[in-house]
Formats: sequence, C-alpha cells, structure tokens
Amino acid sequence: MSLTLAIFVICTIAITGWVSALIRVRKLQHLQAARLAALPKQYAVNAVLSGFIPGISVILGSALALRFSGAAPSGFGAFCAVAVAALGTVVALARITPDFRARVHVESWIKTLLIIASSIAILTTVGIVLSMVFESVNFFQQYGWTGFFFSAEWSPNFRGNSALGILPLLWGTLYISFIALLFAVPVGLFAAIYLSEYASHRMRAWAKPVIEILAGVPTIVYGLFALITVGPLLRDYFAAPMGLGQSASSVMTAGLVMGIMLIPFVSSLSDDIINAVPQAMRDGSYGLGATQSETIRQVVLPAALPGIVGAILLAASRAIGETMIVVLGAGAAARLSLNPFEAMTTVTVKIVSQLTGDTDFAAPETLVAFALGLTLFVITLGLNVFALYIVRKYREQYE
Amino acid sequence: MTRSLLNVDARTAKRNASEKRFRGYGLAAIFVAVLALIMLMTSILTAGLSAFQQTYITIDVALPEDQLDKSGVRDPAAMAKVTTIRYAKVLKQALLAQLEAEGITTTLSDKDVAKILSKEAAATVRSRVLANPDLIGTTIRIELLASGRIDGFYKGRVTMASAALDGNTSPEALQLVEQLAERGWVETKFNWAFLTAPDASDQRPEAAGLGVAILGSLYMMFVVLFLALPIGVAASVYLEEFAPKNRWTDIIEVNIANLAAVPSIVYGILGLAIFINFAQLNQSSPLVGGLVLTLMTLPTIIISTRAALKSVPPSIRDAALGVGASKMQSVFHHVLPLAAPGILTGTIIGLAQALGETAPLLLIGMVAFVREYPAAYTSDAGLFGEASTALPVQVFNWTQRADPAFVERASGAIITLLVFLLFMNAIAIYLRRRFERRW
Repeated sequence: MSLTLAIFVICTIAITGWVSALIRVRKLQHLQAARLAALPKQYAVNAVLSGFIPGISVILGSALALRFSGAAPSGFGAFCAVAVAALGTVVALARITPDFRARVHVESWIKTLLIIASSIAILTTVGIVLSMVFESVNFFQQYGWTGFFFSAEWSPNFRGNSALGILPLLWGTLYISFIALLFAVPVGLFAAIYLSEYASHRMRAWAKPVIEILAGVPTIVYGLFALITVGPLLRDYFAAPMGLGQSASSVMTAGLVMGIMLIPFVSSLSDDIINAVPQAMRDGSYGLGATQSETIRQVVLPAALPGIVGAILLAASRAIGETMIVVLGAGAAARLSLNPFEAMTTVTVKIVSQLTGDTDFAAPETLVAFALGLTLFVITLGLNVFALYIVRKYREQYE
Repeated sequence: MTRSLLNVDARTAKRNASEKRFRGYGLAAIFVAVLALIMLMTSILTAGLSAFQQTYITIDVALPEDQLDKSGVRDPAAMAKVTTIRYAKVLKQALLAQLEAEGITTTLSDKDVAKILSKEAAATVRSRVLANPDLIGTTIRIELLASGRIDGFYKGRVTMASAALDGNTSPEALQLVEQLAERGWVETKFNWAFLTAPDASDQRPEAAGLGVAILGSLYMMFVVLFLALPIGVAASVYLEEFAPKNRWTDIIEVNIANLAAVPSIVYGILGLAIFINFAQLNQSSPLVGGLVLTLMTLPTIIISTRAALKSVPPSIRDAALGVGASKMQSVFHHVLPLAAPGILTGTIIGLAQALGETAPLLLIGMVAFVREYPAAYTSDAGLFGEASTALPVQVFNWTQRADPAFVERASGAIITLLVFLLFMNAIAIYLRRRFERRW
C-alpha cells in the first residue's frame, strides 16, 4: 500500500468517523434522553481528529524514515498509519458518553495543530542551517578553509584545480552595498525627515504611497532596469568619456539601482522612528528659539539616531543579500578593484552561477555555493540581530 | 541701524537660509525618489509595450499533396513524419509566388526572401495541416509571424541603417516587406500569443510567449495560498492568543523576525537541499517553487496576521468568554472573523511578494527551457510536479539571450507581472478600505 493511498484511506476513515459519531450521539439523545456534556458536532470533530492527526503523523514519520534508511517502500508504514487512524477513531467513538467532555478534547487537538504550525518557523531555520552546514562541511573536507576565506583568487574550473577564494566576492558585495547605501541613506533619510516634519497632510498622503510603490516592485524589475537603462547610461555618459571602463554592468550600476530599491526601506523605517520621538522634545527646542531645522538636526535626529542606525543596518543586510539586481547589473568577473565602473561580482551572483545549470554535488565547485550561502546567512543574520536589538532597545526608551 | 525684530540681522539671515536649505534637501530627496520611480516605469514601459504588438504577414499557401502527403491517403502517422523543413520549402514557394503575383521584384536570393517569415511559421502551417488533413491539395490564406527583425522594423527597433549592418536581415528585405505592406499583406496587431504561447528558442523571439510562465506562477500561487494561509494563521493564533510567555515562544518570536530578513536566495538553497536533494521532489516543479515561496512568505503573513489579531479589542474576547465560550471558541468564532480583512490583506501582499520573487526559483531549476504546458496533476509527477517556469524567472531567462528582441519580450513580461501585482495590491487596498474597522 503506498503512502498516497494511505492518505485517501485515512480521509475515508475520518469521514466515516464523523458520520458514525453523529449517529451515536443521536442515538444517545433518543434512547437515554440524556443531557450531553458537549454539542454533537464536538463529538464528531473529536472522532475525526483522533484518527486523522495520528494517522497523518505516522505517514510523515514513515516517509522520513524511508528516506533516511534508504529502504524500498514496503507498505508497512502505510499500513501502520491506517491502523493508527482506525484505532484512534474507534477509541474516540467508544468514548462517546453523555459525560464525555468532547469540546475539551477537540480543543487540545486543535491546540496541538496550532503549536505544530508555529514550530514551522523554527523548523525552517533549522532546515536552512542544516542544509547549508552539511554541504559546507563536505566542501571544507575537499577544500581548505584558509584557501576559502583568505584567498584573493576566484576561478572555478570544473575540471579541478579551482581557486575558490571568497575575498573578491566579498569585496564586490561590500562595495556595491556601500554605494547603494551611499545613495539610499541620504535620500531615504531626508525624504523621511521632510515627510514627517515638514510636509503638509496632503503632500504626505500622496508622497508616502508613491515612495512605497518602489518597495513593492520585484527585484527582477530593478535588475532589468539596471541592464537596459542605467548600465548603458552610465557607460555612455560617465565611464567611457572618463576612460574608466567600457562595461555596462558595473559596481556603480548595481549600486545605484540597489540604492533606489532601498530608498523606501530606509525612509519608512526612519519615518516610524522619527515619529516616535516625543513632541515634547521638539516643543522644548522651539521654546529655546531653535528653528525647525536646528531642532531636527540637534534634537530629533540625535534622539532617533539608534533607531536610524538600526534601519541602516537592516538596509545593509538587505543590500548584501540582494540577488537579481547584481546578477543582471554587476557582472560576473571576480575582481578586486577600486574602480566603480568596472564589472565585479558578489557572493549571491556566484551562488546562482554555481548552482544553476549542470551541477555535481560531489565537486567543490558546486559545494562552494553552500559555503558562500552559509557565509551570507551568518553575515546577514548578525546584522539583523544587531539591528533588531538596537531598534528594540531604542523603542523602550520613549514608549 | 537699530536692533529690531523687523530688521533681520546677519546671523538670523544665515539661520533662515540654512533652514531653507534643509527643507530643500528634503524636497530634493522626495523628488529624487519620485524621479527614480518615474524613470523605472518609463524605461520598462517604453521597452516593453511593443511586446504586446506583433507583425503578421498574410500569405496564400498552396499545400501540394505530392510534398506533404505522398501516400495520398491522409494517414495522420505518415503526415506527422513530414518535418517543418518540408513545410518551410512549401512556404518559400508560396511566398515567392505571392511576390510574383503582386509584381514585386527584389534583388534578394530566394533564401533571403524566405527569411522575412519567422522560423515558427512552418510549424504553424504544419500544425494547422495536421489538425485538418483535408486542407492538403487546397490553398489556404494564413496569417504568419514575421521574423523578429521585420517585427522590430515596424516597432522602430530595426532601421534601414541598422539592417545594413545586420547579418540576419538587409535593407532590401525591409523594402520588400514595405512593398508587401503597401498591398495590405502585412499587419501589426495585438499579440495574444505573447500571453498564451509557450517560450520559444533563442532563434525566434517573435514566437516567444508567457503562457507556461503564467501557468507556472499561477500553480505556485495556489500552493502558497493553500499552505501559507492556514499555517500562517494557525501560527499567529497560537502566538498571539494561546502561547504562554516562556523561552520557547521567545525563540519562535525572534526566529520569525529573523526569517523575515533572511535573503531570499538562502531559501533557494534550502529548497535545493531539502526539497530536491533530500525529499527528491521534481526539479523545476511548481510544487517545490510553491513550498520555497511558502516558507519565504510565512513570516510576512504571520507578522501581518498578528497585527490584525492584536487590533481586535479584548472586550470581544471577554464577551465571548462571559457567555460560556471556551478560549478556542472565542478566537475561532469571534476574533478571527473580525480580523479576517486584515489577514486577507496581509496574505495578498505576501502573495504579491512571492509572485515577484526570482532568486530562490533560479536555484530550484526553474530556469529550464519549458515548452510544454504543465498539467496540474499527472500520475507520474504528482500534484504540481511537472516542470514549469515562472513569470519573473522567464524575464531573467530572456535577459540572458543574445537577440535584442528578447529585451522587448522581457520588458513586456515585466509589464504583465506588474499588472498582476497592481491588481493584487488594488484588491488588498480595497479590502482594507472596505472592511477596516476602528474600534
């Protein structure tokens, strides 16, 4: 019996359980004219869940066991699942008496489901970490970690003898993120300041949603924008005349477009933080004769600084993990250079290029992608945790 | 000059100027942001709108029996053996005959004349004939795709000057088409095939369409909706209404906040390692894509659902408890229905985010070239298990191709994607406006 078939059988058992529970309850009501401790529906739901949940768990468990043991599917697991489901339903049906508090039992089943659902968040994290750690360990068994972390050369070669140093990739990632932040932070911050301190109600009502449209645009759109518009524009009007390069895909292209993507991110976070600064502080400053801009610069911004730093860190983590813009805008050449009009590449680009197309999960050239992913995950996680910590700590001060 | 409030002294003037400057920076910042949005949209629209138009050439094609069905018995199996190469020859003859009938002369070789038609044209005629074998021996009037360069000429992408430098077309070919157009044989019209046809090889951008990608995205949205919504709501209900304040729930909370900020490509690695390598689900299937996107959107949905639950006042819960409902009943009968508009809004926004996501899908093999419409269920591949592609991935795919006509296609695909997103967000805004309740 296959597992799929078992699922169908279990569903049938559940439906049978529902119907027979209702019939039994009806009988109880007629024969004994007894007052039941719960609504008939609760008895029926209890019968369904008592069979269904254990049955499905056994199916999942046996599927996992099969996968780990590598044994051929024997039908034993499916049989067990059906047996467990049938047993659970029968027991639930047998327990239908006027005194049985079905609602309590139903609710404990439902609560179990709720707890399982909320544990999926944990499972996801565990899955992320495990999936990358296992393959990274494989990678580091074939390729020394010093060579990975401290080598400045990246030239993968599927015939072997690859140089897989992360430094040029990290450099490209950080350089592009730096340019992106250089553009996004002033624009986003000033936009937030203007919107929260100066703008009239009407202007705020249209400008804020318009800026937030930028946040809803998928990154592939920004990628295409970099590829067909910004790249050629920068090359023809800046890079080529200044003799800095002939490539449309460059650090500058990717950085600028990523900066545009980050504007709404910086501005809406900063907006919240600036709005959280108590009005009394502004009033105090006005009372001393400060102008509005002096108040903002010397009172509001210092008070909001930790939050703004947190917002910038979150934006930085977003920039470091961004993929499509750099895939389409930054180029594929691993290079350690200061020239922003040269094509460079990033960690995310290389994860994509090493894991798409023909992949061989025994070769270090493929496995390196998992090590890159793990590095990326650790860096962004560190930034996020630090940023969330700062933002939270700051919020407690004024609320 | 006397000191007076009416006379602005140098320092006040300086302070006022700096005030003005500061304001100016703010306005400039907003201007830059809005300008960036406008540039983004115009660039995509100008590059992509033409993808919704397509140039067709109408030809009277004689379908000679001796070439297309030698046996003469109209046996479908035998007719299916006749390849597009044979049909291409038939088309070439038909085109030449048409030129002669119209009295159009050209210096081009016959082979180059045939190039004004798309390579897809032969396949179009062939499938038409195979669908209706009785056509053989007759002459049919059929609308066929013009080749990518000819199409580009009518959209302004190809000019006489650029054609002179182009190996795939020539000014003579363009003049030839213009003469055909003067006689009414060439038409540019709305391109339904772009929305329904599958992808085409990189030799024939004019035939490439989004059908498979749209279908694949749709399947994935089904998977995401049917997994992320129940799981997300269940998780939020537990965390918001039932969870005791202990270390375990703290860990879950921190986890969800962090998961929301994990780079999307990391979810792709997760999908590759867990769903494909470990669970051995099919590569590039909408099922795997949907599972990955589900995990990715869960934090978004949980965060917005919790906010919606939080905004339902405690008095509702207290009233339910007061008339004898259990905690569970108070939540499922009263709190959840009241929070539903907020939950739906959050879900739609999460779905919109998932629809536009590209990076994780690249890693689970969705970049594959797929020409077959994936079935929702087959006994081999299971539910949503057939290879497919997705809208944003199709865009990426097209940007990687050499022919410039694919840039137009990619931009057109993005417009389609943005229309979907706009539609979804409009629904979300409508729901919020219509059902939002202030307590």
